[in-house]
Amino acid sequence: MPPQTVSLPPPSSRPLVKGDADAVPRIVPVRRTGRWTAAAVVLVLLALALNSVIRNDAFQWDVVLSYFGTVPVLRGLWLTLWLTAVVVVLGFVLGALLAVMRLSGNPVLQAVSWGYVWLFRSTPILVQLLFWFNIGALYPQILGVSTVSLLGPVTIAVIGLTLHEAAYAAEVVRGGILSVERGQVEAAQSLGLGPWRRFRRIVLPQAMRSIVPPAGNMLIGTLKGTSIVSIIAVQDLLYSVQLVYHRTYQVIPLLLVATLWYAAVTTLLSIGQRYVERYYARGTAGAR
Amino acid sequence: MSAPSDAMVEIRSVHKSFGSLEVLRGIDLSVRPGEVTVILGPSGSGKSTLLRTINHLEKVDQGWISVDGTLVGYRRDGDKLYELREREVLRQRTKIGFVFQNFNLFPHLTVLENIIEAPVSALRRPRKEAVATAEKLLERVGLADRAAAYPGQLSGGQQQRVAIARALALEPRLLLFDEPTSALDPELVGEVLDVIKDLAHGGTTMIVVTHEIGFAREVADTVVFMDEGRIVEQGPPADLLDRPAQERTRAFLSKVL
Repeated sequence: MPPQTVSLPPPSSRPLVKGDADAVPRIVPVRRTGRWTAAAVVLVLLALALNSVIRNDAFQWDVVLSYFGTVPVLRGLWLTLWLTAVVVVLGFVLGALLAVMRLSGNPVLQAVSWGYVWLFRSTPILVQLLFWFNIGALYPQILGVSTVSLLGPVTIAVIGLTLHEAAYAAEVVRGGILSVERGQVEAAQSLGLGPWRRFRRIVLPQAMRSIVPPAGNMLIGTLKGTSIVSIIAVQDLLYSVQLVYHRTYQVIPLLLVATLWYAAVTTLLSIGQRYVERYYARGTAGAR
Repeated sequence: MSAPSDAMVEIRSVHKSFGSLEVLRGIDLSVRPGEVTVILGPSGSGKSTLLRTINHLEKVDQGWISVDGTLVGYRRDGDKLYELREREVLRQRTKIGFVFQNFNLFPHLTVLENIIEAPVSALRRPRKEAVATAEKLLERVGLADRAAAYPGQLSGGQQQRVAIARALALEPRLLLFDEPTSALDPELVGEVLDVIKDLAHGGTTMIVVTHEIGFAREVADTVVFMDEGRIVEQGPPADLLDRPAQERTRAFLSKVL
């Protein structure tokens, strides 16, 4: 390469490119000093926090470990799991019914569905649960049987949580159904598909794409939310560890036992949700 | 009121309003079996609404429509028209194929599943038989190799051809097309029109709402021009397209030709 002889006067008469001007120059990314500093600061803070957790004997990790897999804890966990499952399944069945009522052409059904959602969403679940727990005061007998002996705490928990869950599930399902294009129903109608077939085969599978993310949210929320039944003495995960620490006064380590179990199950559910979402996305996103 | 025996579709003084907006203001039209009728008109002229009343996707406020000698959506008793139950309307619809502007394929079902859905569930055909028919139909619309694809994996033109195959799977007596090429990229219009032309030459009775004047000229037996909820004029394409009698038709054609 001959030396630059162009008449344009570069301020220092340097060539535009230093070094061998024929070689393709390498790109050097800008140095992100701020980013590195921030990361370092956060990592140090994290290490300090972790250190304090591990080195602080008051956490009593040995106690946590010794109770983690014991029978009372596992029994409580089991109750929490099946209570969650029953409440979510029944809640969504009832919620789907409420959603269909709300979207139906029948004004009475619409109003009843709206009223239900209004009632159960506008009062705290804690109050609802205490109300159901004391239902015997309103109806001492149901079909000639004493209410108290008919409805034990676990049954009350199922009823109270399900009715509350259904109000939220109704809105989730309704939103999902509304997200399906009107043309899908018209196409199904023009092909002569009956109402139930249209709903089950055409609308619901497409609605599921919008239903699954908030439903996953609700499932996780319900798993943790079932801990509220400890106030009516149902032996779920939280109440089981409470029973132990009322005896041993090891409050923190036993709360940690419950915490770790809740976190573990929640993590599994989040992973499961990813796969369910992928299933219902078939034929659409990313399939091209 | 028995419809003249030679008409496949008989439309008599049909009125339809959406709220205070009257979109159909007294429509009379007959279509003979095997005929292709093309409906032209500016947007908002009521042509899509008219098409949708023929398979009762829209209810009429006044008047009546019969397809193949049977009233659509109603049963006549004396001087009253009784609205039919949904089950009966659905049975009538299986005899009328409808192709939508936006295809409306079921995105979560494969091409094959889209086509066999109605024969299996509405006509209770054995699945095997439905699949065999579907494969033949896919071959007819030139998509034999795409049976396992999802609609989202197909081009717009391919999707519309699948939608036509899906409508044909019920072996309808009448096919209705609602602007079948309006949602397509220009270079994909031809492949869909070719399929429709092929069906027209095969003697299927059809009513096509479209903006494709060339298609109307080539395929239509009758061209109908609509404006503001009325039929302005109708006739063979050579007459209506080249020697329109009405000023309104001339004005429209001068804009689109």
